[in-house]
Amino acid sequence: MTRAPVRHHAPPAPRVTSPAKLVRGAGRNYPPTFLHNLPPGQAAKEMVHVSATPVLALRGVSKRFGAVQALTDVTLEIHAGEVVALVGDNGAGKSTLVKTIAGVHPIDEGVIEWEGKAVSVNKPQDAQSLGIATVYQDLALCDNIDVVGNLFLGRELKKFGVLDEVEMERRARDLLTTLSIRIPSVRIPIASLSGGQRQTVAIARSMLGEPKLVILDEPTAALGVEQTAQVLDLVERLRERGHAVILISHNMADVKAVADKVAVLRLGRNNGVFEVKSTSQEEIISAITGATDNAVTRRAARTNAEVKK
Amino acid sequence: MSTDKTSTNAQKTDAQKTNVQKTKVEKTSAAKQDAPAVENPEAAAAAVTAVDPRLLVREQGLAGYVGEFKRKMRAGELGSIPVVVGLIIICVVFQSLNSAFLSAENLSNITITMVGTGMISVGIVFVLLLGEIDLSVGSVSGASSALAAVLAVNQGLPEWLAILAAIAFGAVIGALHGFFFAVLGAPAFAVTLAGLLFWLGFMLQTLGENGTINLDSDGLIGQLTTYNFSDIAAAYGLAAVVTAIFFLTGFLGNRRREAAGVPSRPMSDLILRTALLAVVSFAAAFMYNQYKGLPLATVIFLVFLVGTDFLLRRTAYGRKVFALGGSVEASRRAGINVTAIRISVFAISGGFAAMGGLFLASKIASANQSAGTGDLLMNAIAAAVIGGTSLFGGRGRTWNALLGVMVIVSIQYGLQLESIAEPVKYMITAGVLLTTVVIDSVTRKTQKTAGRA
Ligand SMILES: Nc1ncnc2c1ncn2[C@@H]1O[C@H](COP(=O)(O)OP(=O)(O)OP(=O)(O)O)[C@@H](O)[C@H]1O
Ligand SMILES: [Mg+2]
Repeated sequence: MTRAPVRHHAPPAPRVTSPAKLVRGAGRNYPPTFLHNLPPGQAAKEMVHVSATPVLALRGVSKRFGAVQALTDVTLEIHAGEVVALVGDNGAGKSTLVKTIAGVHPIDEGVIEWEGKAVSVNKPQDAQSLGIATVYQDLALCDNIDVVGNLFLGRELKKFGVLDEVEMERRARDLLTTLSIRIPSVRIPIASLSGGQRQTVAIARSMLGEPKLVILDEPTAALGVEQTAQVLDLVERLRERGHAVILISHNMADVKAVADKVAVLRLGRNNGVFEVKSTSQEEIISAITGATDNAVTRRAARTNAEVKK
Repeated sequence: MSTDKTSTNAQKTDAQKTNVQKTKVEKTSAAKQDAPAVENPEAAAAAVTAVDPRLLVREQGLAGYVGEFKRKMRAGELGSIPVVVGLIIICVVFQSLNSAFLSAENLSNITITMVGTGMISVGIVFVLLLGEIDLSVGSVSGASSALAAVLAVNQGLPEWLAILAAIAFGAVIGALHGFFFAVLGAPAFAVTLAGLLFWLGFMLQTLGENGTINLDSDGLIGQLTTYNFSDIAAAYGLAAVVTAIFFLTGFLGNRRREAAGVPSRPMSDLILRTALLAVVSFAAAFMYNQYKGLPLATVIFLVFLVGTDFLLRRTAYGRKVFALGGSVEASRRAGINVTAIRISVFAISGGFAAMGGLFLASKIASANQSAGTGDLLMNAIAAAVIGGTSLFGGRGRTWNALLGVMVIVSIQYGLQLESIAEPVKYMITAGVLLTTVVIDSVTRKTQKTAGRA
């Protein structure tokens, strides 16, 4: 493989050694983060400690858009160090649920509890200040701004009130490198990236800062094989570091690979929460479709019905 | 094709996963040679792979600069080049028609006259960056100058106070328009159209019966467009300072980038830019010194251009303005206070309209009923667009206002020298505006195909 020359003037190494600095914080020296390269597979087993109070709990949440009752009486709990997969058919209300947590759409009824206390999340700032980072299914990036600008949008690094472009660019490059994200340059506008590349930028964006809860709405839908693996690794690393993760995916293999629990939504209502380890894929799928049968038996039933006619 | 890609991807993943340990060992030794400080060879190795092999990396030095320039031209990233070429054509044409066009006196007058419209245009650039429009700026400029005249002449307030009051007045009007747009959700077009009518009426009301208030031409407002720094050191000094600051900030910026290990522009690039700036600014200084010296109006205009450019491109506020022009929903989700930014941008627009109004009043040493009417609004918007500000939001710089207004005022003066009447002037300005918008659209198309729009 031919590699293009890297235009580093100084050896890049010393910077790559301190991934802690990638993470934004008031102080320059933030404690080390998940971005540390842990030996693969090591910490995964020993570091899962689920605390008693959930980081986030939704109780009886309802949301309505005009004539559409998108969510009805939804309950959900996520603990620190836990990956909860949220699954359901198209239009089940998964993205809507995510947006209510993220403050994009305020809830109509119900309670959102954060670390045991009821909070009101009415705008995206509220969710951000609680420590919720979200990757939306309909991406939220500005096409006209470059990659660095988008990564730090709304939380720019400043030096004497002036944007610290150099530092932002450096951290952006380090972050993208650590996440093995390949984009031609961090200084090109988002408009010139492919759909999958935009997705990776959006994911990287949620990793800046020190979120307690990361919500990923179909993060791997547009990704290639390598990038999907990276995102799943990332989800595991988040869990290892004690973050809570909500992962939305239609891909059962992905869900089974990384999630601890699967919460099923059906037509805007809860349809069961399953432990991944003790549940078969068929059980989850039947909860999604709302039937005791699965896609294969459904098809069979349908063709039978047609035959009868 | 797609299967090809997938399989190579899969191979890569495999290779990366299985070889993590191996890479670690290998890369440690490899990295040790050139960078002993490497503690995390895995990440360092990733840094190498993170560069997309398809990216055309620019060569170092001047050759690379020329190559990059050619590539940009082909990709339709013209930037300010069309309007600079346009300015040169205008100069050549009018100079060949009348040799007085490029005289120091004429050029000096052009650069003083353009400040009024130019200031208004700077405010328009802010609004256009949001992807919105402000149609009220003409009337607001007239109303503000009328207010300043009433306060200074009729009420006997000190002129500096009248100036500040007028600018604050303009900003408040702008904020009011912004409120209707951002909070109540009325379209900016309609709100500012109402503003256009209302503030025109307000101005006529303020000026009262005889409709004209003469300003003291030796007062502060009068001096805005008549005062010149006649000492030749002033113009040359300013040119030298501007060039030096430009070079130093570029140089120090490059040094910081290099120290941080992020790509920086080659030195030759910076030198070329500095040289270009030096030629332009010293030529301008020489020209001013041939006539009455460095005009105060031009200095003020330049200060505001530098200031607003800094605000838009170097501060978090400016970044938010651009973000809103790119995607309102994305900005909202990023935690940006959309309402506040919108209101502030309209306030800025109103404030600059007021300042423009003061310069226009200063030029005629009076506030009269025709202030802020006629083609002023259209010229201010046209200047921003001719200079290269996108009408669709998210792209543009306040320097565009300078270039655009230079084109418009140059045409006005050139035609005046030829004693060509008003109607033709309108038609020619219209032609220039249409040409630039067409160039903008065509380059946008090219940029789309080059993946940059
Ligand atoms: N902004 C909105 N205005 C009106 N209705 C909406 C809005 N957003 C979502 N809905 C409705 O709410 C319901 C749930 O939509 P949602 O996007 O949450 O589905 P989803 O589970 O994320 O589906 P998918 O798997 O396709 O992403 C749908 O019926 C949709 O039409
Ligand atoms: Mg969805």
